[in-house]
Amino acid sequence: MHDFLGIVGLSIGVSLAATAAAAAVSLPVGTALAIFPFAGRRWAVILINAFFGLPPVVVGLVLYLALSRSGPFGFLELLFTPAAMVIAQTILAIPIITALVHRASERAWARYGDELTTDGATRLQALPQILMIIRADLVTAVLAGFGRTVSEVGAVILVGGNIRGLTRTMTTAIALQTSQGDLSLALALGAVLVGISISVSATVFALAGRARTAGSDEV
Amino acid sequence: MIAFRYALFRYVLALAVALAAINASAGAEKSIVLASTTSVEASGLLANILPQFTAKTGITVNVVAQGTGKALDTARRGDADIVLVHDPEAEREFIDEGYSSTVRQIAWNDFIIVGPSSDPAHILGGKDSVAALKAIASAQAAFVSRGDRSGTNAAELRLWRTAGRTSEALSPEKWYHDIGGGMGQALNAASAMNAYTLTDRATWLSFNNKGSLVIVVEGDARLINRYDVIELNPGKHGVARLDAAKAFAEWLVSPEGQQAIGAYRVNGQRLFNPSADSPK
Repeated sequence: MHDFLGIVGLSIGVSLAATAAAAAVSLPVGTALAIFPFAGRRWAVILINAFFGLPPVVVGLVLYLALSRSGPFGFLELLFTPAAMVIAQTILAIPIITALVHRASERAWARYGDELTTDGATRLQALPQILMIIRADLVTAVLAGFGRTVSEVGAVILVGGNIRGLTRTMTTAIALQTSQGDLSLALALGAVLVGISISVSATVFALAGRARTAGSDEV
Repeated sequence: MIAFRYALFRYVLALAVALAAINASAGAEKSIVLASTTSVEASGLLANILPQFTAKTGITVNVVAQGTGKALDTARRGDADIVLVHDPEAEREFIDEGYSSTVRQIAWNDFIIVGPSSDPAHILGGKDSVAALKAIASAQAAFVSRGDRSGTNAAELRLWRTAGRTSEALSPEKWYHDIGGGMGQALNAASAMNAYTLTDRATWLSFNNKGSLVIVVEGDARLINRYDVIELNPGKHGVARLDAAKAFAEWLVSPEGQQAIGAYRVNGQRLFNPSADSPK
């Protein structure tokens, strides 16, 4: 039972940290992609949308080699730690959140861009305002990122190592239980994972619904 | 743009601090990474004996269970501080490459061939593992191979070679299923396909999805399965935690560690026979 709570806690903690880190990068970048014109912007957008489907196991492998003691970042001693899992999941969540934020920002910018920059305001000053306008979409974007991270197994098992009490998450525990033939226990863990995903979405959607009715009929 | 850069810098800084905090909380105590074969983890042995070692020394042992081939590779890259595996040939290669000069046997048990109780190859109750494999091949009965360079996989391929079949000759056979997975996955697959497979006895005894699988061949001298703890040579990657790793290896072969290994039982059955004093 102690193990179980630890596993659930680690899963949620790692996924939340990764989602927060990814959101910190993706929100400004996604909006910036919509409002700052620059050469190669089209390609940047195509690339980010392509990385939507980045295979976790490939991210895991590349990160494994990078964080290995014989790799370029080995001196950080991060392999087989929760921090390595956070990095892996952050990399997986960034394209998803960025792409979704970019799409919403593009719509908002087309509609309010001129208005926001008429009285001499720069595009940079318009960026936080665009984020404010699309805040309901941000919720969906961040939630999609969380869904990706909490359900993922391929990358975390490689860079985390599925170490009992240190890097064993719900998904890697399910993989392990299955391999020990404890199918009913694996299924029970799976049910908890699905339950957590559903409650997180429900909570966030409830909050988002309130935000929408409270403020914004802008978009 | 400058303000944006500052904001970006702040974000990156916050991320770095968060990572450092998570890492510090994880690595507060002294810890080592043990790259091990899956059987010592999946059978519950390590979960049972490691707390005793940690209580005595304060050293946490983080187990990455990967199978022998991968565990040795992890050590080659410098990502493990100590190794616990069971494939004499792969271990010899590892030593010859200069990664280690201290290998000690800590325990043994045996491999067994398990298969469906319907026994299509008619080998139930036999003792000769090589004859059994020949019978499986001539009956073209389904056989599941780990196919993952694990110690069990290596032992299986050695037996097939003795039976006159190389892995190259086996892989095109329709009845030979190379699943590329751990022991548990292989047992799950064998159970689902009514196939034969070679397994270590410890994983078998603690495995909970046997279905119609039963032990068909056991007791062959060729089926002995030896577990070795391998200390790593310093210098290869400038590994810092070798002292703690050495303390762990010494504990495993000490009377106390040996007693702990021998005392571990599942359903009243001993899974690993301590053998540091008289290696098999």
